[in-house]
Amino acid sequence: MPKLKLEDLAEVREKARKATSLREGAARVKMTVHMGTCGIAAGARKIVEAALREVEQGDLRDVMVTTSGCAGLCSREPMATVEVVGEAPVKYVDLTEAKVKAIFKEHILGGKIVEQYALAIGSERAY
Amino acid sequence: MPHRMHLMVCAGTGCVANRSPEVRDALVTEIAKRGLENEIQVVTTGCNGFCGAGPLMVVQPDGIFYQQLSPKDVPHLVEEHFLKGRPVQKLMYVPPETRTPLPKMMDIPFFSRQRLIALRNRGLIDPERIEEYIARDGYAALAKALSQMTPQQILEEVKISGLRGRGGAGFPTGAKWEHVLKAEGEPKYVICNGDEGDPGAFMDRSIVESDPHSVIEGMLIGARAIGARWGVVYIRNEYPLAVQRLMIALEQAREYGLLGDNILDTGFDFDISVSRGAGAFVCGEATALVSAVEGRPGEPRARPPRLAQHGLWGKPTCLNNVETWADVPPIINNGGAWYAQIGTEKSKGTKVFSLVGKINNTGLVEVPMGITLREIIYDIGGGVPGGKKFKAVQTGGPSGGCIPNELIDLPIDFESLAEAGSMMGSGGMVIMDEDTCMVDVARYFLAFTQDESCGKCAPCREGTQLMLDILTRITDGHGTMEDLDALEEVAKVVAETSLCGLGTSAPNPVLTTMRYFRDEYLAHIGAHKCPAHVCRQLNTYRIDPAICVERGHGCGVCRRECPEKAIFGEKNQAHRVDATLCNKCGTCVDVCHFNAVIVE
Amino acid sequence: MQLETVDRIIQQHHADKTALIAMLQDVQSEFTYLPQEALVYLSRTIEVPLSRAYSLATFYRAFSLKPKGRYSIAVCMGTACHVKAAVKILEKFERLLHIKTGQTTPDLNFGLEEVRCLGCCGLAPVVTVGPDLYGKVMLPKVDQIVKQYQKQGARDAKT
Repeated sequence: MPKLKLEDLAEVREKARKATSLREGAARVKMTVHMGTCGIAAGARKIVEAALREVEQGDLRDVMVTTSGCAGLCSREPMATVEVVGEAPVKYVDLTEAKVKAIFKEHILGGKIVEQYALAIGSERAY
Repeated sequence: MPHRMHLMVCAGTGCVANRSPEVRDALVTEIAKRGLENEIQVVTTGCNGFCGAGPLMVVQPDGIFYQQLSPKDVPHLVEEHFLKGRPVQKLMYVPPETRTPLPKMMDIPFFSRQRLIALRNRGLIDPERIEEYIARDGYAALAKALSQMTPQQILEEVKISGLRGRGGAGFPTGAKWEHVLKAEGEPKYVICNGDEGDPGAFMDRSIVESDPHSVIEGMLIGARAIGARWGVVYIRNEYPLAVQRLMIALEQAREYGLLGDNILDTGFDFDISVSRGAGAFVCGEATALVSAVEGRPGEPRARPPRLAQHGLWGKPTCLNNVETWADVPPIINNGGAWYAQIGTEKSKGTKVFSLVGKINNTGLVEVPMGITLREIIYDIGGGVPGGKKFKAVQTGGPSGGCIPNELIDLPIDFESLAEAGSMMGSGGMVIMDEDTCMVDVARYFLAFTQDESCGKCAPCREGTQLMLDILTRITDGHGTMEDLDALEEVAKVVAETSLCGLGTSAPNPVLTTMRYFRDEYLAHIGAHKCPAHVCRQLNTYRIDPAICVERGHGCGVCRRECPEKAIFGEKNQAHRVDATLCNKCGTCVDVCHFNAVIVE
Repeated sequence: MQLETVDRIIQQHHADKTALIAMLQDVQSEFTYLPQEALVYLSRTIEVPLSRAYSLATFYRAFSLKPKGRYSIAVCMGTACHVKAAVKILEKFERLLHIKTGQTTPDLNFGLEEVRCLGCCGLAPVVTVGPDLYGKVMLPKVDQIVKQYQKQGARDAKT
């Protein structure tokens, strides 16, 4: 990888923004599983595996499964955030493999938020 | 070949009246146009019964129910759902009983009261992909610092921000940097203190795990301000995931030319190495940490000279905690004045607290300084579980103290916590309820500091042992009133004469509990009772025979679990505890499903 | 005693004397403790006094001069775990394994220790067995954990 110069940084940023904003990218839905120590201890790896299984089995080419750090609410781990393009992100808590299946069927494919597993929609305020 | 999909279009009276045949025709036409007629079959059905929302259609096999269709919806529907497999949400039916909209995150106090600066990227980026950090303005502050600011200007911004060390003592960060900048000696070093040892605090782990680049960028900016070429991150080895993510982040930053020689082609050189802790709480103390980085036992030394003059390898060294470093990039990006409008007069900005213990919403929260304990415990934390009464909050770990219910409206900042006899510390907040014994808590922390005392100076080595002995006597029911006076006296000597912060702050848990919960000490000494039934040597255990038989049918789980075999009884009959054999461990209370064991 | 392993560790750290702690950490994780031969060999090779290696080995909690069990059970004694009665969990392990905290079972299968905060206070009380972490551990769970690793140990012994 070439070393960046000052002016390159903005370019990398723009490119990365596009990829993370989903809209220009191929993904219609992004599922972020929160994988801090507590998340992993609470079983987040199984949640990621279950999500990837759903993607594979359903041959879902527009769903992206990714991981991130601790979301802060440790008592409700494992947690994941589901973001459908153009809609507010939804935080799911206390996840199990069965719940992941339901979230894929009803929310990611069906477009209907699984309210009984969800904590909230929207995002936190970062300065 | 069977069709893969069946479209059950309602052709009941109601739907026909709502022009369902036009919808059906449009579907047939659209499906033919796309060559899907061998895959999808359109079926006209009888009345579905839900006539008010017609025209209706049910898609099989997945059972998706569409309502109020019109022919102009059809092309989109065929394209999205039948071709690409994405059901169209806006055409679906929402049952009224689930219509209660989900709350917005900002309607939930746990989230709305928080303001994320150090944790700004938590849960939003993949910490193992530097591009995602860059996408959220990562390294923009570094670029600004390197291209548009002199080291002096960087220093000024940090001073204006009013940022103070997040590791515990709250020393003004800008002033610390200035000392290092002005100090004689080359090379200079920056160090990140990630030896998060306070039990009950885990914000540093979380920051390094979820956003390692924010720490790296903060260190880069600090290094530029003070003129350092090398940095060290000292991190607990008990945090393997944090170590791993930090290593990955450093490697990626090097690949991008954000660490190493000629960073961003500006001529600035800087790199960071990692030093893993080997398990010694005292290494969180700055001089002990430096000693550990140099490969020696982590023993503190007397100050002055400060690290700013005589630090790593005897050179001027700037040491800040993980959270402090993570706060630096937003300050440079937005300006010190922006940061300084958040918080209180002397404590600016936000602070991350870990909210643990007897609290409903356990977690990591970042809030503006000056927020009250009540807001944190009740609004954000959701209060104490199980309808129990809040008793106290312990802040600052083994160096801090216990703050009672009477002070719950205390606005939190460095000064107010110190006035209350506690301290900010690294930001651990352990919530305690009526079932927590404050004497036991004091003993717990003393056992911790006594065990972790490095033994170099006598007041800490001998004093913590002496205090622990007295506290153990009290919790065992052998304490006297003279013990209480002795405890206070020893505590004062240890606080005044110890070499480093571990010793000088070790008495805080004892002094605060004696100040706010003296009645509990008196109950242990005078009545030989532990009001919270925690100090087991002061408890007696008996089994309520009626509950044991009627509800538990003499299940015998207590008899089987009792380590001393002190419980006797037959199935379906009342069990009893033999007080002469009982070692008062309390296991029977924990295992009884029927609350038949009574503690007195 | 495989001194090649120690050699490899020394090379990984470029025989740098200031990296002695890191080398000891690697030796510890290879052998579950710091064997005397390894300490002697290490200090001779990188030319530091043996007393320095011993002073580090006895100062830092992470090091042990005695072999640890194959399954190292660690009960978290952080504040959050303490107020949720972690000491009872520890005592139950002591009873089931017939050892005291800090000891290893005679068959070297289990070691039992208490640890400082593991930083997952949301899951208190917490127990780790090697790399595996168990949260919200209640007393019956302790039996399960011990049984599970006893079985696993028996399986491993066969293969």
